Amino acid sequence: MQSMPPNASTGEPLNGLPEKAARLAVNLMRAFARVFSILVLLAAWQWLSQSGTFTPYQLPSFTAVVGRIWDDATTGDLAINAGLTLYRALAGFAICAVLGIAIGMAMSRSVIANWFFDPIISVGFPMPKIAFLPVIILWLGVYDTAKITMIVFDGIFPVIAATVIGIQGVEKELIWSARNMGASKYEVLRHVVLPAASPQIITGLQVALPLSLIVTVVAEMLMGGYGLGGAMMQAAHFANSTSVFAGIVEIAVIGYVLIKAMALVRRRLLVWHPEANAPATA
Amino acid sequence: MIASLRSNFVRYLPLLILAAAWEIAARFELVSTTALPPLSDVVRSWVELLLDGDLVRNSAASLFRIAAGLGLSVIIGTIIGIGMAWWKPVNILIAPIVEVLYPVPKSALIPVTVIWLGYGDGSKILLIFLGCMVPVTIGAFNGARASEQVLVWSARSMGAGKLRVLWDVVAPGALPELLNGIRTAVALSFILLVSAELIAAQKGFGFLIGSLGAGGSYSAMYAVVLTVAFLGFAADRAYLMIAKRTLAWREAA
Repeated sequence: MQSMPPNASTGEPLNGLPEKAARLAVNLMRAFARVFSILVLLAAWQWLSQSGTFTPYQLPSFTAVVGRIWDDATTGDLAINAGLTLYRALAGFAICAVLGIAIGMAMSRSVIANWFFDPIISVGFPMPKIAFLPVIILWLGVYDTAKITMIVFDGIFPVIAATVIGIQGVEKELIWSARNMGASKYEVLRHVVLPAASPQIITGLQVALPLSLIVTVVAEMLMGGYGLGGAMMQAAHFANSTSVFAGIVEIAVIGYVLIKAMALVRRRLLVWHPEANAPATA
Repeated sequence: MIASLRSNFVRYLPLLILAAAWEIAARFELVSTTALPPLSDVVRSWVELLLDGDLVRNSAASLFRIAAGLGLSVIIGTIIGIGMAWWKPVNILIAPIVEVLYPVPKSALIPVTVIWLGYGDGSKILLIFLGCMVPVTIGAFNGARASEQVLVWSARSMGAGKLRVLWDVVAPGALPELLNGIRTAVALSFILLVSAELIAAQKGFGFLIGSLGAGGSYSAMYAVVLTVAFLGFAADRAYLMIAKRTLAWREAA
């Protein structure tokens, strides 16, 4: 047996490449475990659906559902329905973001705005706003305006609350220094207050985004028309459970992609921030 | 006492202004009274609903569904979350599934729960359970993971068994995050309940709102909508008080 030559710089034997290799191995294991448990889940689904325990109506097989999604994709239905759902969710979310941050900023700048909005936010935030959906239908009908209004009504509260809390938490020294160095009020807001509050604000947006998706789906289910939620209700009325399951998978994929994208945006926007990691959620 | 009453009055004055604006706009028919019946009519309808028992019966059905679904999700979510933080294999197997389920808009499951369990209590309880389990699990996991190693080691070195450490050290340490997760779950449970009942139910708040709206009794519909909104708000406030009391030992330390 020939022993390994010692490493010149550290004197350690070269056989390990210890830390890097170990970390790589752990990461590989994790990636494998991740794929593995998802695969087990899908295999269990397929097996359960074919075992005869459930009727195909109760649990269509995974392959049948994938086939249905493929059919929807080739006929173009998927593009129309998913596109409309995405459009509504993102339009509603964008309005929540712009309007919510604006109201939050107004509340932290003006005593009157704060006096007016504060009780409305503190009472309105924990309310199940979705109960107002029939009222919204009464006022605005069942088309995009009504659906997007419902999304904004639900999603705007966490954005406003996060903006107010974020701006409150900005260190006074930062603002004083900037003012002292001759920055105008607007410049302080634009270059000091907003960036310093942005981690909180983005956290608020990260709460509003999944909420927008939930509400989009419910609004589409109740108001009908095109869109993934409406298509699922239609399928349910015709006892077409394969299409219902296909709808769940499609909505799940959209939700997954949007939320991962949002986490990426957070990391991009906050690279400069010491707390550059995503918040402590899975 | 008087001073605090006055400051509360000033604080909540905007809500009174909104209510007054509603009443005036509807009374003087600045807006269609079909779309917005006067607040006083809504209050009258609320009393009628209360007296003829409709409101009580449907509230009881809804609150039972929430209690059952939320209760189940808290118990099972806590067990899974702490299990994930405590045993590596559980984490490796379950974390990916939680990560995939987390962003799924849970309202998409409404038609499936109806296919599985029909129009009754079961489908709502299942939906609330599935939806609320995710925030509870994540709260329990984050809380238990963050429990201080020093405390765990001290307890171990003083001879505490693994389960004892879990119960006496890890679980209390996980409590603040867990309680936060449950708060999210409480809010979510109302959203899911009302959505599911609006879409497919034979009793409950959502059903009552839908059937009153379809029958054109809009002031009664408003009365139920406001009742649900108020109950959701009250549940959150009550929960916050309980949570604060539960964590009192931390503040004292």
